[in-house]
Amino acid sequence: MSDADNPTDDASDEFEPIQVFPEAEEMDLRPGADNCYKCSTCDTNCPVAEVDDEFPGPKFQGPEQWRLKRQDDHDIDESVMKCSNCMRCDSACPSSVPLSQMHNTARGEYVENHMSKFSREYVRNRILANYRRLAPLAATFPRTANFVMGLSITRWLGEKTLGITSEREFPAFATETFRDWWRKRGGAKVQNEDQKIAYFHGCYSNYNTPEVAKALVRVYEHFGYEVLVPPQSCSGTPMFANGMLEDARRAAETNVRELAAALEDGADVIASCSSCSMSIRQEYPELFDFEDTEDVAANTWDALEYLRVHEDLEGELEGASVEGFDDFAYHAPCHARNQGLDGQTVELLDVIDGVDAHDVGDSCSGISGTYGWKAENYETSMKIGEEMFDHMDTADAETGLTECPTCSMQMEHGTGYEIRHPLEVLEAALFSDRPETA
Amino acid sequence: MAIEDDVLVIGGGLAGATAALAAAERDVRVRLVTYKQSTLRHASGLIDVLGYAPTDDGPLTNPYDALESLPDSHPYRLVGEAAIRKALAFFDELAGAAYAGSHTDANALVPTAAGTIKPTARYPTATAPGLASDRRDVLLVGFETLPGFDAPLAAAHLEAAGVPFDVRGATCSFPGIRRDDAKVTRYAHLLDVDEAIAVDAGEIGVRAALIEAVEGHLEGEARVGFPALLGDEHADEVRTDLADGLGVDVFEVPMGPPSLPGIRLEDLLYDALEDAGVRVTSGVPVVEYETAGASEDRIDHVVVDRNGAQVPHRATQYVLATGGLVGKGVQSERQRVYEPIFDCHVSHADDRYEWFVDGVFDEQPYARFGLSADGELRPLDADGKPEFRNLRAAGSVLGGYDYAAEKSGSGVSLATGYVAGTHAGEAVDEVIR
Repeated sequence: MSDADNPTDDASDEFEPIQVFPEAEEMDLRPGADNCYKCSTCDTNCPVAEVDDEFPGPKFQGPEQWRLKRQDDHDIDESVMKCSNCMRCDSACPSSVPLSQMHNTARGEYVENHMSKFSREYVRNRILANYRRLAPLAATFPRTANFVMGLSITRWLGEKTLGITSEREFPAFATETFRDWWRKRGGAKVQNEDQKIAYFHGCYSNYNTPEVAKALVRVYEHFGYEVLVPPQSCSGTPMFANGMLEDARRAAETNVRELAAALEDGADVIASCSSCSMSIRQEYPELFDFEDTEDVAANTWDALEYLRVHEDLEGELEGASVEGFDDFAYHAPCHARNQGLDGQTVELLDVIDGVDAHDVGDSCSGISGTYGWKAENYETSMKIGEEMFDHMDTADAETGLTECPTCSMQMEHGTGYEIRHPLEVLEAALFSDRPETA
Repeated sequence: MAIEDDVLVIGGGLAGATAALAAAERDVRVRLVTYKQSTLRHASGLIDVLGYAPTDDGPLTNPYDALESLPDSHPYRLVGEAAIRKALAFFDELAGAAYAGSHTDANALVPTAAGTIKPTARYPTATAPGLASDRRDVLLVGFETLPGFDAPLAAAHLEAAGVPFDVRGATCSFPGIRRDDAKVTRYAHLLDVDEAIAVDAGEIGVRAALIEAVEGHLEGEARVGFPALLGDEHADEVRTDLADGLGVDVFEVPMGPPSLPGIRLEDLLYDALEDAGVRVTSGVPVVEYETAGASEDRIDHVVVDRNGAQVPHRATQYVLATGGLVGKGVQSERQRVYEPIFDCHVSHADDRYEWFVDGVFDEQPYARFGLSADGELRPLDADGKPEFRNLRAAGSVLGGYDYAAEKSGSGVSLATGYVAGTHAGEAVDEVIR
């Protein structure tokens, strides 16, 4: 629309701002695209491009594709579905190009406009992205679900009918979810008007690893915090990764509303999964504009990070020792790395006697949430993981440690190790000489 | 409560990593905080000290002889020749067998991907057999899918530059690569894992297939130069295999960005940081600082931003190594040039039309923008007084030199990183005592 179409000197009307750029209605990523000076640092960090030269890399998926699709004759390239959404390119870019924001919007547009809603791929992706919707059913009959999901016929069918790889074993559902435990327990054991946290447990620690969520509750109550467990939906991570932006929007809307209410109540938001915290902190403000989105993002923390900054965690752990744990091969998830949290677990375990964490390096585990579950990505996923498997193998430890549920699936799948969460170690260290509360 | 350390280095490039390692020589706790990935990923991986002096036309034979001719404000003049030599020795110790060139003060002459000759003080071992002072004939090999290195063109440029040997260029296809714009990391990964690829006779490893592809082009040359993508984690093994298979010396020609030798140098530095017990926090920016109570000249803590959450970090001593205009340690607006974290003084003309001159390759004032500093590398305010008692600066955040014209970038980062880090480490000791 030009000025001539919309004259401003019509004195009879109220002032109406002129829309200079027609596309300003959509998300305007032009400043981000213009920041790119094509140094290709992002490409050197892309774990997919390193093992699969069919993938054109983040520089193309981000700023180059964004520019191309300004022209009417260019659609989003289907290769965007090969991006695993590890987001390593984001923290690599020396010029602050919002690469993952570009990838997320491009993927959303591709799925919306170019993927048949009746295709096997769409149905499969929708199911994987909405694991949260199926989990309650499985959690109601966990033993049956675990039995059925563990059958080789189920896995074979999964691959044949849906394209979900039969190479992987589905994670087991817990016999009691975290929220059931919390309800039976009668909720918080500590009341404290001045120190409250709202726990965003996410789906996995609710349905699959409630021991991690319980550890968080006990650790925070140990430091005198009142723990709130607000209603919540999926963080949206698997939905972004599958281009299901509308599903993600619905989930995010619930989460922002509930977490903002908790903030209003005087709580800070704490997550135990690094992809959940990444999603709330970065992807929500990049993609959505609900009221309080920014506020919720700025007040969301990783569980260990928050204690380090708000309590004398190292002082508390000084001299603490744990038994029953062997040394760990620690893998920092990409989404923790992106939040500047890659060093903290090794630093903290340094202080605790009796257990060491050996960092297995900065490579990506390769599974990236739902990515490695897809039959067509399985091989790529394992190729990416090879470096991590090698380093786990040479590390002086037989147990794995990580914050991310799907990284832990990949670590277990590639090495056969048992994988634990840092909060479990922290709980053991804090309660080592207090058996009555353990 | 702040996250506490003795020395906090801000910036994770060559200068920051060197400063952190130098500080960690003492028994102090050192942390390095780095935001985005450093410009080492763009860098050639060569360690140049001084290739050209402002007063000389040609490349310098001995960089140390020219130090006297540099202006007083140059970082080399601030730290002095002895410190530069110590810093280079520190680097040699660190790099071990990965780098060569420490046997002489004289500059080595390294052929580049563009067919120019770059004077440099240290170079990766992978580049060593390619030096222009070597009189053996050379075959350069490029790949059809790699536009960043045109071997016949580079060979012609080297001939024109008058190298004392015959040099030819050949182009072949890289086994296993189909895509026109595969990333350099893809080439390196294929060689690193020696991935099996399909050929007429079945499957063979990529290394063997590459040897086969190059063999036919050899015409008795004693050494073969490849673009610098011969492996990453297992680069030495890849090069040895190729050399054995071809029966010649194999070397890498440094490329433009993104650069494997730069990435390998980064890995070398970060491995050393881990070994030295330096704690590294990456992916998050330092956004502001607070001074201690009434003493405006002492930094109490800095604030790291994590997607809106503010995380305080406290140390006794700080080193600023955030880079120059490219690394964004120095930034500019239409009205001013500034250092964004501590707002240290950056000397520049008020009129922005005086920041540059018309000739692209003439002496550009903006190339020298940065902080001025005292002998301990404490940044100075407009009156020549230290901005803070416990802040030092290193690398290209410092002004007064034009690293691109002088070919002095790595040397200044090493020398100033070493000096700033050493002083920071010593100053912690003073406070502890």
